[in-house]
Amino acid sequence: MTAFDEERLARLIRALPPAPEAWVRAAQELPLAKAGLDEIVARAEADAEFRARLVADLEAALEAEGYQRDPAVIEELKVRFKST
Amino acid sequence: MAQTLSDSELVARCRSGDQQAWAELVDRFSRYVYAICVQAFRLSDADAEDVFQEVFARAYEHLDGLRDDAAVRPWLAQLTRRLCIDRLRAASRERPTVDEELELAGSEETLTMLEEALTVHEALAATPEHCREILDRFFARDESYRTISEALDLPAGTIASRISRCLGRLREVLEGRTQPDTPSSSR
Repeated sequence: MTAFDEERLARLIRALPPAPEAWVRAAQELPLAKAGLDEIVARAEADAEFRARLVADLEAALEAEGYQRDPAVIEELKVRFKST
Repeated sequence: MAQTLSDSELVARCRSGDQQAWAELVDRFSRYVYAICVQAFRLSDADAEDVFQEVFARAYEHLDGLRDDAAVRPWLAQLTRRLCIDRLRAASRERPTVDEELELAGSEETLTMLEEALTVHEALAATPEHCREILDRFFARDESYRTISEALDLPAGTIASRISRCLGRLREVLEGRTQPDTPSSSR
């Protein structure tokens, strides 16, 4: 890169505004969501009754068990339990 | 905003399960991924949000497969581009007029400019905190002199001169006249 005049620097700084905070936070929380997902899947594999309730009504079963309603986790679980 | 870890160090920490490192990685590249979605590919907010989350979800999932930890930046850029194109292709199947948008999207010129912008943001991390703050607020966050003056408790009449001085500092970092005391960053 060459010749960084003020106008060019201003244009380049302006080109990267912050992403919406909620998007960033959601992406940062991926490891937590993944941990929650892994725990639910492991429990469903070990507990047939819990699994049956998940398949019957996923969101109600998660809520009844006190799991947080993370949209990404719910979507992933829907995909997993639909294919089994 | 300042960063102390190089990209490869950060990736190594993420791989070892360090959640703080993952948060820092997302923070470091969030603007870049966002800009590719909305500026280079002109995705709608809803599509951009989906792609943004998918990029980081896949990155998290496949971090182990990254051959060169220092190459996380081009890797994320490529992943974002691919997912943006997939999104536009899917839309074009439902709405043929999108075909034209697809052809125009992701111009090399814009992508090159965004890459350069990320380099400038990385250099910004090597400037003093007050410079990072004022340049980011004024240019990237588009805040007025008045807002900046109130937020930073500075006389409004000094904002313009501070911005100019800080652009000078930034230029020195970029031109190698001032050695950055930390590795790069971009938030």
